Amino acid sequence: MHETMVAKGLLDSIIAESEKRNAKPTKAKMSCGTFNTVNDEVLLFAFEAIAKGTICEGMKLDIEHKSIQGKCKSCGKQFDFNITKPACSHCGCDKFDLLPDPALLLEEIELETD
Amino acid sequence: MSKKIQLGTKILSANEQYAQQNKQLLTDEKKPCLNMISSPGSGKTTILVRTISDLKAKIKIGVIEGDIQTELDAERIRATNAPAVQINTKGACHLSAAQVNSALHKLPLQEIDAVVIENVGNLVCPSAFELGENDKVVVLSVAEGDDKPIKYPAIFSKAKVLLINKVDMLAGTALADFDIEKVKADTLRLNKDIQIFCISAKTGEGMQGWYDWLCESVGKLK
Repeated sequence: MHETMVAKGLLDSIIAESEKRNAKPTKAKMSCGTFNTVNDEVLLFAFEAIAKGTICEGMKLDIEHKSIQGKCKSCGKQFDFNITKPACSHCGCDKFDLLPDPALLLEEIELETD
Repeated sequence: MSKKIQLGTKILSANEQYAQQNKQLLTDEKKPCLNMISSPGSGKTTILVRTISDLKAKIKIGVIEGDIQTELDAERIRATNAPAVQINTKGACHLSAAQVNSALHKLPLQEIDAVVIENVGNLVCPSAFELGENDKVVVLSVAEGDDKPIKYPAIFSKAKVLLINKVDMLAGTALADFDIEKVKADTLRLNKDIQIFCISAKTGEGMQGWYDWLCESVGKLK
């Protein structure tokens, strides 16, 4: 249910950035790490609902999920961490460090221009 | 025509600003703070009640209780003579840093050594919202099953301590299929620095390890 908080944070940021530039937003791209447990369907529904009556009404929202990265202790390479197969995808070693989960970010917005 | 603008703004920045304020307040007052997270019914309040009573000669703990409704948990804490502030989220599935900010101002910080925030019972959402705490403590009771670290990895990857509670229930045959070693291995894979203690807040088994960690950590952070 915390998708509503994410939707509210997104809406506030998009409105602030758009008003700064005196333009209407048409599209936004956000990203999050998989451990942020954001459900696309719930977030899109929440965003659409709270955007009604604002300059964000009807705009398109893209959500990118970034996988958690592991850093192999044997070969030193980074790989997409898979919890059901927790090993380096390059050399198969199971000794690795997990890198921090990517934050919830508003990456980019598109504004209407004349 | 349209124009693309690259931003990279943190979406939960409103919460993070409050979390920062809380951290500052707690640092200024030299009060270490833990954020306790688990499913409903894992025994967070029972662990706290026993911990507060057993350690009362060493550490005075103040508690912020988060629940959807009722004052029940705060009343259980107050019965130990420790101060407790109850937050009712009225449906929200996690505590926000703003709610904790107003609760911190209601706690008698001068009279306590440390603050424990007992989050709303939920293994998912609370892990995404920083409250200004020093460390997170995750509780898993054996009745919930040994697959939880894999199913809910976020909190197990972020916590400093895992308390595996209700181990007294493993003595019977009903829960003989809960594999503690599997839970430990799965958790350590997500979080190599986590401290794991197997406890029963009901019988007191294993609590000493947790108390030692708590006393040392409070002493270090004060």
